Amino acid sequence: MFVNHEGGHYLEALKYVGKSITRIDAVEKVLGIAEYASDIELPGMLYAKLLLSPYAHAKIISINYEKALRVPGVVSVAVGDDFPFRVGLYVNDRNILARKKVRWVGEPVAAVVAEDLEAAEEAVELIEVEYEPLPAVLDVREALKPGAPLVHEELGEYAHSPAFNPIAGTNIANRFTLKKGNIVEGFNKSEVVVENEFYMPQVSHVQMETHVCIGHYMADGNIKIWTSAQSPFTVRYILSHSIGVPLHRISVYVPYVGGGFGGKAGINFEPLVVLLSKKAGYRPVKLELTREEHFLAAPLRQGFYAKIKTGVTKDGKIMAEKIFYAFDAGAYADYGVNVARAAGYSCTGPYYVPNIEAESLAVYTNHQWGTAFRGFGHFEFLWAIERQMEIVASKLGIDPVEFRLKNALLPGLTTATGEVLREDAGRVDQCIEAVAKELRWGELTPTNDPKKVRAKGIAALWKAPAMPPNAASSAIIKFNEDGTVLLSVGVTEIGQGTVTSLAQIAAEELGVPIEKIRVVPFRHTDLTPYSWQTVASRNLFMEGRAVIRAARDAKEQILEIASQVLRAPKDDLIIKDEKVWVKGRPEWSLHLKDIVAGYVYPNGNTIGGPIIGRGYFVGTRLSYLDPETGQGYPALKWTFGAQGVEIELDLETGEVKVLKLVSAFDVGKAINPMLVIGQIIGGGIQSLSLGMWEQYVYDDKGRMLNPNLTDYKIARAGDIPEEIIPIIIENPQSDGPYGARGVAELSMLSVPAAIANAIFHATGVNINDLPLTYENIWKALNKKR
Amino acid sequence: MSRRKIRFKINGVEKTVEVEPNKTLLWLIREELKLKGTKKACERGDCGLCTVLLNGEPVKSCLVLAVEVDGSDILTVEGLAKNGELAPIQRAFIEHGATQCGFCTPAFLIVGHWLINRNPNPSREEVVEAINGLLCRCTGYKPIIDAILEAAKYMRRT
Repeated sequence: MFVNHEGGHYLEALKYVGKSITRIDAVEKVLGIAEYASDIELPGMLYAKLLLSPYAHAKIISINYEKALRVPGVVSVAVGDDFPFRVGLYVNDRNILARKKVRWVGEPVAAVVAEDLEAAEEAVELIEVEYEPLPAVLDVREALKPGAPLVHEELGEYAHSPAFNPIAGTNIANRFTLKKGNIVEGFNKSEVVVENEFYMPQVSHVQMETHVCIGHYMADGNIKIWTSAQSPFTVRYILSHSIGVPLHRISVYVPYVGGGFGGKAGINFEPLVVLLSKKAGYRPVKLELTREEHFLAAPLRQGFYAKIKTGVTKDGKIMAEKIFYAFDAGAYADYGVNVARAAGYSCTGPYYVPNIEAESLAVYTNHQWGTAFRGFGHFEFLWAIERQMEIVASKLGIDPVEFRLKNALLPGLTTATGEVLREDAGRVDQCIEAVAKELRWGELTPTNDPKKVRAKGIAALWKAPAMPPNAASSAIIKFNEDGTVLLSVGVTEIGQGTVTSLAQIAAEELGVPIEKIRVVPFRHTDLTPYSWQTVASRNLFMEGRAVIRAARDAKEQILEIASQVLRAPKDDLIIKDEKVWVKGRPEWSLHLKDIVAGYVYPNGNTIGGPIIGRGYFVGTRLSYLDPETGQGYPALKWTFGAQGVEIELDLETGEVKVLKLVSAFDVGKAINPMLVIGQIIGGGIQSLSLGMWEQYVYDDKGRMLNPNLTDYKIARAGDIPEEIIPIIIENPQSDGPYGARGVAELSMLSVPAAIANAIFHATGVNINDLPLTYENIWKALNKKR
Repeated sequence: MSRRKIRFKINGVEKTVEVEPNKTLLWLIREELKLKGTKKACERGDCGLCTVLLNGEPVKSCLVLAVEVDGSDILTVEGLAKNGELAPIQRAFIEHGATQCGFCTPAFLIVGHWLINRNPNPSREEVVEAINGLLCRCTGYKPIIDAILEAAKYMRRT
């Protein structure tokens, strides 16, 4: 690639960008010395243990913890009324510990703090709580009915971001509506109308590292936090807001994070440990969830219900779509309100639909609370839309690949929010075609066993970062005295590898070998430049641009000094191979190391000083959406893709095996192809796992029956397809760093729909409820018989 | 609870410690010896992330009592690199992008290391069987399988 993202030309090929450089954190990780929050121990540290609610919905009549306090080693016991603060990213609806009532089975009701974990565990069992059970609402559709039990009677009093619309006196935490074109006319022009319902259960992130945090409320009023959080600045901001301590008195430290997937975004248990620390005499308090607590008390992916009505012409043009999405947000929706909003503004999938009426609701229930999860809103609604596309194509007798291509959302067409897709946007048609080609679409593979059939299925996808218009990123590039570089960014390293790509971008821009660039491996809000959150596949794009600007800022400072020393105008100088040269005169040059801490003349006169480059980035012309019509510009960039599978299905047992998984994404530019492929494969398997096995199984009292990794199955090495094919498509986007777009979440959006579409091709049976367990498939096949 | 004195060797170093009989090997490694490379993720043998080699065989250290290791030889991730040189399995994990968040990496390294030392020419199926008791949520396993196969090649070459 010789053309840069601003349309200029490089004189030579890129040296680091576009190369599969090994991860900069890999050596630490294989040595076992990479630091995670659970590895941190502090002098005088205490341990916390939580008492969880046994009821889905109940009044707390009384709590007696006298006996718990008498256990040797116990320092303090806290209950909800000790901490009269509410927290939330978008809606301030969440209690630190349950107050007045409990809202799900697993809600923390009390916390014991002790000198050691054993004492805390013993004491927590001795707390006596008297409850008065209340009618619980355990289904998202029930929760919407008039007269349903209210999960939050005080909803009208909660502070919330202006982008959201909670409806007091109901269980609706956010109502998003969208209107485009004229829905009545659209359906009038339609020759075939198809309506279906779809469902998805709540699922867990199952990060291998559970939630871990240490809070230290110090006697001088300053607060320190060490946490497995994705977004240190958001933890700091929300805590500050909730408890009224200014930002400069709060420090948040984040080491490596052992898997996030959205579940450690926003704010989670940090306020609890901070307040426990204060109550326990200003000593640091650590909370590390067990796996069972993680399943019961940590936030999860919301459940989902959809009803979609699509109107098409006989030749396969979508004319109108009426969409209803309801997300089972669970007991709290602090972050979760944005899941419904994101699904709402992207509601059609990667297709052009001229007339739309959509409603997307975040609904409180007495299920566990939901939060962000990789590709939130989209993994859910794409399950529905991509199944619907398949069913409509079959009703029309049109090949589903052809039907998708016919309606593909291409540059120049308008999205659901009325945004004209930019001319250098990604190309969903190319992704669909690439997957179809790799799958040898249309060719059937026979099986020898008459009980087994093979079939193929495809599903497309799209997503933009779901973030507020002012979400910002920044970067600092500091030159050391020897010409080496420290790059500091706010994106946390949660496994996705963004920092490696950022180091590549910095090396490319600075003309410094990548070996001489170190990315600061931890995040500390006192030292690290601001980043809103590490979420939404936004950070390569946004931090990437910030790093480019920081590098150019540093170079400008270097050239200022070099211009004086070399007695040449700045625009006649270039920086290359760790030197500043006068163009065409390599003999007139200076080593960077002789400039970056100030240039010293032979007589001791010094000019310049330590070089620190800074850069920031915010999205261009992003807007809030119209509260009625949902029209506006929500998207920093859209990444498009498609996924396809070939399956073998046992018609007698319902056993399905994915033989081949193909995924294609238009990433604009793969800064590091190995990392992109790592995301595509990893996300693809996570998607397959969620689609085939994962679900919160509840009894009729709302108790989760499978809070462990035996009964909650996730994919193992033996479960993966024999063939996994990642395809990278590169139509560069001019405002992305070197043309790049994000891919991390996209990698997991559409595998379940592709599998169900293949089952449909094999059998004519539509399965519209996840997961696609053998049992569920067997039941669906039997219903048909 | 009465403590018991145990002696064992870990990563080549002799240790003598007193432990309570209800403590696990995982506790011994992480909390007593402060070797934080071995990870805790379920404490009931489901995820395998606490796997170490006990007398040359992989065990889930959350399912072994500390007192049981009296007289044993233990290898954890910290013992894989020798004299500042990475083990073949570590090099292969780096080259193949087999680590993402890194939390499961120590366990996969230990099992991979065990497999290629026992069987320097494993088939893909044998690799899958060896690691099927370990969970990873990031990589989709393929890069890990490829890395173990590649490490076996390095072993055969040396």
